[in-house]
Amino acid sequence: MNFLRKSLDELKKPFEKGKKLEKFAPAINAFDTFLFVPNHTTKKGAHIRDAVDLKRTMVTVIIALLPALIYGIYNTGYQYYSQTDESFTFLDAFIHGSWKVVPMIIVSYVVGLSIEFGFAVYRGHEVNEGYLVTGLLIPMIMPVDIPLWMVAVSTAFAVLIAKEAFGGTGMNILNPALTARAFAFFAYPTYMSGNKVWVSEASNVDAISGETILGTLAAGGKVSYSMFEMFKGAIPGSIAETSTLWVAVGALILIFTGVGSWRIITGGILGAIVMGLLFNLWGANALMNFSWMNHLVVGGFAFGIVFMATDPVSGAQTNKGKWIYGILVGIFCIMIRVFNPAYPEGVMLAILLMNVFAPTIDHYVVNGNIKKRKKRWALAQELKTV
Amino acid sequence: MDIIKGIRTQRGAKLNIKGSAEKILSKNISSPTYALNPDDFFGTVPKLLVKEGTVVNAGDPVFFSKQDPRIKIVSPVSGTIKEIERGPKRKIEKIIIEANQSKEVRSHVVSNWEGLNRNELISLLLESGNWPFLKQRPYGTLANPDEIPKAIFVSTIDTSPLAPDYDFILKNSHKNFQQGINVLNKLVNQNVFLGMDATHTVSFEKFDNVQFYTIQGPHPAGNLSFHIQELTPINMGDRVWTINPEDIVNLGRFVTEGVFSPQRCVALAGNGLIRSRYFSTKIGVEIVSMIKEVKTTESSLRFINGDVLSGKTSSVNGYLGYYNNLISVIPEGNTYRIFGWLPFKDNSILSISNTSFSRLFNKKGFDINTNLNGEERALVVTGEMEKVFPLDLYPMQLLKACMIEDIEKMEALGIYEIVPEGFGLIDYANTSKIEAQDIIRKGIELMINEVG
Repeated sequence: MNFLRKSLDELKKPFEKGKKLEKFAPAINAFDTFLFVPNHTTKKGAHIRDAVDLKRTMVTVIIALLPALIYGIYNTGYQYYSQTDESFTFLDAFIHGSWKVVPMIIVSYVVGLSIEFGFAVYRGHEVNEGYLVTGLLIPMIMPVDIPLWMVAVSTAFAVLIAKEAFGGTGMNILNPALTARAFAFFAYPTYMSGNKVWVSEASNVDAISGETILGTLAAGGKVSYSMFEMFKGAIPGSIAETSTLWVAVGALILIFTGVGSWRIITGGILGAIVMGLLFNLWGANALMNFSWMNHLVVGGFAFGIVFMATDPVSGAQTNKGKWIYGILVGIFCIMIRVFNPAYPEGVMLAILLMNVFAPTIDHYVVNGNIKKRKKRWALAQELKTV
Repeated sequence: MDIIKGIRTQRGAKLNIKGSAEKILSKNISSPTYALNPDDFFGTVPKLLVKEGTVVNAGDPVFFSKQDPRIKIVSPVSGTIKEIERGPKRKIEKIIIEANQSKEVRSHVVSNWEGLNRNELISLLLESGNWPFLKQRPYGTLANPDEIPKAIFVSTIDTSPLAPDYDFILKNSHKNFQQGINVLNKLVNQNVFLGMDATHTVSFEKFDNVQFYTIQGPHPAGNLSFHIQELTPINMGDRVWTINPEDIVNLGRFVTEGVFSPQRCVALAGNGLIRSRYFSTKIGVEIVSMIKEVKTTESSLRFINGDVLSGKTSSVNGYLGYYNNLISVIPEGNTYRIFGWLPFKDNSILSISNTSFSRLFNKKGFDINTNLNGEERALVVTGEMEKVFPLDLYPMQLLKACMIEDIEKMEALGIYEIVPEGFGLIDYANTSKIEAQDIIRKGIELMINEVG
């Protein structure tokens, strides 16, 4: 460890203040602080600090994402093999999935991190860790057969327009990963919807039907999966969104560590249940008759509510606001699913919509506190004049 | 005894740190020099009354406040002004007084103090140098003698890490404490509020002329901002005064003996010390005079005037601050730590976050150091500040308002109700390593300059 430290210090010398490569210090610092927590001590304010920092927080989210990701990789292979009637093992499916998914992850990280590093050097601040999560989320919510260049373009769009244009990490209004998906969704609709994109190789091999459950319902078809299959996630869909089971494991990690807001997650589930029940009562078509319990386990609802809606930057920031925000995400998600068959997956649009309204929700929550203060003051003035 | 309110909160955190002071008192610690630091009086611009070489008696004024020349800060000891240390822009940093053995002190006529009216009493306190014991809210500056506050607040419970035990500090001064309370009562007309630990009220409940309330909860439950908001919240234009418990004793001693009393009982604590304990001494004493009585653990230490969350950095050659009953000594933490970003790694570091198991271990207390444990980042995580902030206001929104210097918003969000110290735990707990106290202090300075 000492040797490593010494060689790093040696390596960093040209990047020190006043040296030739000073401008590029944020880039080398990002690598250094990835290995070592720096020896910085407190200069002002509290003299001691908690062990938690943004790196640790973001890595916790990544750990929470891993179960869903691993299952998603497996499911990619599973969907392919189970429809082609080949015999296969878990490993076969996993390897098939890895060949598809890992390149997407690499593309997303390389493109996104290059832009992040570029902006850090340009603006002269340290590289923020937010992209570690975004970069993993982007491939996880894409259809498996999307060309890599589209992943690259969507990623670049999301990082540049949704994040850096607003000032970088902590300043963005929309969730960057969802923006990447929304961009791809509207720019390349043939690769992002329909019945040929959700299972690996579906567009090349005729035997494979890659329709999602929500797609089938929107087209008026019959769903052939049991609720347990939907919950387990052995269904077609975006790479890592299908398994409610493993998303739930991730949710538990987020809630236990306090990194993800349990208020948003609970609120979202409640909102979806209420909306699902209302539609069940109405029951005018196949989508409305789709049981509220099934609504919770199909599509990207679970993944969206756990990993995207809980983004602290683009979501509501006050505790009361988080409840309202979560409930509305749930309500709108089911509503969009049912009312608009062109967008069978409502959760993406519901979260983006609520991202836009989150500051408004917070504004009214905080205003409640402000009003209380003003009322108190007015009352005191009255007492004084009496 | 009537308790007017029992204040409880869950929000906050008890930081279990090694090295609280043992209840052993070393008496009459003195040092060759003493110092006054004008920075201890927030918002006060000092105007000197002495030069290097001036001979002063204990109780002689050393400097006064530019804002109100009647407010004088007096020398705690008799001696000669040895040095006036100046910083950038000739700002006065320290006035060092070399003590001599002279028994001469400046005394005041106090035999008739009970017969004085409010204004006469205020003049006496101003003239004798007792006034700086009183601070005001909003802002935490020195009290303005021309104003009548709604109330005076005293908290006999300090919930901060390694906090001194006021029960122990005041043990032998109950008579003077009561006398001091009587003085305060003349200033606010029976509105002196005294906060006690809800689990231990015995030693204070016998006092008269005060309104008792109790506090229960983790730090920062003991902070006065919280008590004031719960009992008589500060609106725009309101004034509330605050005073430290030991300064009430000093006031009481003054009206009994007629001489300014600079007594301080100081807890020396922290995991940088081997045997920590209490010392009875005077304001402005050299820190080293106490350090040499105990042993330190290592060479690279930080000496803090106050607690580890909101105290001021000093050094082993530094001096005890004007208001401090605690000097914390903790090791510096300028070391590297490999892969520190892994959750649940390094559980020996005190953490209140659930990304560490540290709370499950180390029931005996944590060894702490001054490492930042990360680097400053943009504000990302939400909700963590509210968890450690008991006041009914939105801390993150207030911080943001201070950052963008939006005075109207700062007012609306409650800048009048807080002082920087209340944000100490937010400094500690926030993921992005935001310097909340510094931001709030700058916000308050802006308020003082723009609104007054």
